[in-house]
Amino acid sequence: MTAHTKGSGLKWVGRAIRRLEDPALVTGQGRFTADLPAVHWVRIVRSPVAAGKIAKIGAPDGATVIAATDLKGVKKITPMLHKFNYKPVGQPVLADGVVRFVGEPVAAVVAASKEAAEDIAELVELTVDETAPEIDALAALRPDAAQIHTEAPGNVILEGKFKTPDFDAAWAGAHKFVSVEAGSHRQNATPMEARAGHAAYDASTGRVTLTCTTQMPHLMRTAIADVLGMPESDLRVVAPDVGGGFGQKMSLAAEYVVLVWLARKLKSSVAWTEDRRENLIAGFHARDQAITLEGAFDKDARLIALKTDIVANVGAYSCFPTTCGVEPLMAMAEMPGPYDFKHYETRARGVLTNTCTMAPYRGVSRPVITFTLERLMDKAAKAFGLDVVDIRRRNLIDKFPYTSAIGLVYDEATYKQTLEMAVKEIDLPAFRTRQKAARAKGRHLGIGFATFSERTGYGSPAFAARGMEITPGWETVILTVDPSGFVEARIGSSPHGQGLRTTLAQIIADEIGVTPDLIKVVHGDTDRAPYGWGTFASRSLVICGGATLIAAQKVRAKLIKIASHLLEAAPGDIVLENGEARVAGTDRSVSIAKMAREAYTQTHKFKGEIEPGITETGTYDPPGTFSNACHVAIVEVDIETGRTTVEKFLVAEDAGKIINPMIADGQVHGGIAQGIGNALLEEIVYDESGGILTANLADYMPPTAREIPPIELHHIETPSTESITKAKGLGEGGCIGAPAAVINAINDALSEYNVQIDEMPATPQRIRAALRTSPAVVPAKAGTQ
Amino acid sequence: MKPAAFVRHVPKTLDEALKILARVAPQDGRVLAGGQSLVPIMAFRLAKPAHLVDINEVEGLDKIAHDGKTLDIGARVRHAAFHKSVVDNPLGALLSEVARHVAHYPIRMRGTFCGSLAHADPASEWCLVAATLDATMVAKSMRGARAIAAKDFFAGIMATTLAEDELLAEVRLPLLARDARFGFNEFNRRAGDFAMSAALVTYTLQDGKIGGARVGVGGAEPCPRRIAEAEAALNGKAPSDAAFRAAAEAAAHAVEPLEDHQTTGEYRRDLVRAVVRRALEQSTQ
Repeated sequence: MTAHTKGSGLKWVGRAIRRLEDPALVTGQGRFTADLPAVHWVRIVRSPVAAGKIAKIGAPDGATVIAATDLKGVKKITPMLHKFNYKPVGQPVLADGVVRFVGEPVAAVVAASKEAAEDIAELVELTVDETAPEIDALAALRPDAAQIHTEAPGNVILEGKFKTPDFDAAWAGAHKFVSVEAGSHRQNATPMEARAGHAAYDASTGRVTLTCTTQMPHLMRTAIADVLGMPESDLRVVAPDVGGGFGQKMSLAAEYVVLVWLARKLKSSVAWTEDRRENLIAGFHARDQAITLEGAFDKDARLIALKTDIVANVGAYSCFPTTCGVEPLMAMAEMPGPYDFKHYETRARGVLTNTCTMAPYRGVSRPVITFTLERLMDKAAKAFGLDVVDIRRRNLIDKFPYTSAIGLVYDEATYKQTLEMAVKEIDLPAFRTRQKAARAKGRHLGIGFATFSERTGYGSPAFAARGMEITPGWETVILTVDPSGFVEARIGSSPHGQGLRTTLAQIIADEIGVTPDLIKVVHGDTDRAPYGWGTFASRSLVICGGATLIAAQKVRAKLIKIASHLLEAAPGDIVLENGEARVAGTDRSVSIAKMAREAYTQTHKFKGEIEPGITETGTYDPPGTFSNACHVAIVEVDIETGRTTVEKFLVAEDAGKIINPMIADGQVHGGIAQGIGNALLEEIVYDESGGILTANLADYMPPTAREIPPIELHHIETPSTESITKAKGLGEGGCIGAPAAVINAINDALSEYNVQIDEMPATPQRIRAALRTSPAVVPAKAGTQ
Repeated sequence: MKPAAFVRHVPKTLDEALKILARVAPQDGRVLAGGQSLVPIMAFRLAKPAHLVDINEVEGLDKIAHDGKTLDIGARVRHAAFHKSVVDNPLGALLSEVARHVAHYPIRMRGTFCGSLAHADPASEWCLVAATLDATMVAKSMRGARAIAAKDFFAGIMATTLAEDELLAEVRLPLLARDARFGFNEFNRRAGDFAMSAALVTYTLQDGKIGGARVGVGGAEPCPRRIAEAEAALNGKAPSDAAFRAAAEAAAHAVEPLEDHQTTGEYRRDLVRAVVRRALEQSTQ
């Protein structure tokens, strides 16, 4: 066996060690779902129309084509909320007589190859008697709108309302009112790897192994077993290497249910890999929200009260497990953001339409609500004649713990400090000078700020507050030192790019005195990992990391006990480091490898005082902790074409204790890249009949490296009291703050034209259209590039 | 996203290629060069050719030659061939400038100049070059060879006057005057995307006045073309901001803009105005 390598004596936590998962990924050794061979290949026949009744599904002679009528006894996917007047609507695994969006799965073609399946799918004769669709959420609220589901009259699937007791009096007493109507067009998370599934039947046990691109393997197992009415123990779900998820891969894909059903039916292996077009039209969407926000300020520009009306277009069905409440309810609860005010009135509605089902996407609502709230703050600054920094200084929370107007408890954070840090590092006065000089030469530079709080690492009480029938939250970690002396952590989280194998190894290494490279983190296999909730909602490092620390502390205690027996020393005198247990101040030591071997093979030495083996379990279910940041964007707007170029992006961020600074920075960089894409480029466009006009990556535009500017990061570390590792989550912050900062900067660049850009993405077309309406500009004839 | 079944033919000589093309053309046979447009279209099943005549192993199609009057570009010359100047003439520099706007580096290593013309995407930079400089296309088939002027070559969005059995064997670009000036500008949302409008200009100065102006606009109409109104606004004038703006305005008015879900006609005219003026500005640098 390999000897334990000597550590440096430094703590592992806090160091930017290289990611343990990368050697395989960068040398082409990653193992992805679509790499698996299969006997049968599936092509999904999808609805070409947004609404209608299926008149005929005609299969070519000899072809295997599965439709809803074949799936006797298969239940609908019906997630549930026990609050907010939620109407449970079910999604048939394959459309059952009615189609409700373009791309909805209608039939599954089974053939011997991908190509053959696609050939047959083209020959399937699908006739749909079309009916008029509802595409836009506000239009779907009309009294005469088409009804998407009979269970949800008026197309409202849920409605949340909240009002603080003295709201009306506070509102009446305000000095000035500022309002904004803002919103986001629809976006797709666009993971590099689209969705794929592979189901294989094992004749000897009758079990099926579903390998798929999921962020939540255990919940997929529970959900599919429920829908198919099979014992959960007969299903194993494996998430191998997964090429990004961003929330899109936490919801149950109906296609996975079809695959498991087919594997059992055919007693064989069946695979499906969606193409980019399928992902863009049917792989879940997000962000489609219209928000009206009004702020009431006192004479000193302090926010007294906030009133908001949120309409979220949730698409045709409700995603499992979170339900479509995930966006409107997040918006309702977290709209108050980082600002200190007491009075809040809100209404949030989820509206069904004939569009692709919505699901969580990195940031979940907060990119949109942060954008809306930060637009309000900039408009308020203008109304009061204040600088945009000054109005935030007056309103940011600075006393902790802080209870928000809706009752969320914020732990200690650094809202004001990160703002001041960002202002200093960006050198605001110098920018204003440069901006003026550039303007004299016909160029339009702008700066935009966004301050926000990011709720992360929340456990089951926070989810239970939403009334979710499926209430995620806790995580369990099983930590074993095996007889070879190597360490294995089996976790219920399911990382897919976040670097969790590395960061958890760092946490364990510090507790038990071995180097991280000896620690294997096992995840993404329901046969190997304990039940858990997977990776989403900026939770894994906080919750799974906390469970890991608990398990590691128990292993540490056991190792010390073993060492005290073997070294005949008091437990208090044992130190664990550099792969060995040593009696402090002496040269007497025993390696962890030897202790591990003896814990299994020489148990008689412990005289029954120590249980055999070294396996400990940790479970953690925290209340949640708030990260915070201030984002600053500097942009240049070309007023002739409407193009925005982001020149520089700066972040002052506080995510508590940082376990691995390189991984933390990578998360922020990636989030900002997505946020800039959301701010400027990405938009799913439906035509009036419900067809998607942006079904490829030429028309749906994620940013390339060329569109992303240099990003400068600054950190403050405020250890969280609500997280036993002291770490806060930070997976979504980049994406949450960037759209607000970028679009505030655009508005700053165009301030002389008195136009308001309150939509995301702020495309060149929209910016030009706004400028054309401005009386202050004849932009076509002014300026240079 | 798998193409429908097809038969791939791999001729070694031009004669063999033309023979196969003549045979398979009536059965929806297509020429495959770099495949950077055709293959994605096949993957989307927007095209389902039954036969592909792959010219990647045909001898002699990768030549670039010039005789002092024209630059002759063979059917398999890749975009990347133009990264460096291919001829000691302002045309070499012009092609280098344009080449770096053609898609992304990996695509430029594979895609071909002539393939781009045969595909005739309205936004193609090379189609704009051909239209602006009045290139001559040499089409070959078993029936013989014929020369097609650029103005007679483009027939609409992704449509040309090539017959189905014809291979675009060569494109001839006229060399520019030794003292010719040129400028190019395009607008797209992301680096490497299709141009939403592009402009190429060339002219010479005689006694400080613009002469022989060519103003080509691509990406704005179904086919790239020279805009006579803009050229007229330049000829006889000294290069100046006012002259450039007048030409840009003339071009913006002259085009019949393509519209799509994100681009109104009004916006497309804005872009034409901007790219023409910027191309003209670049010509003075």
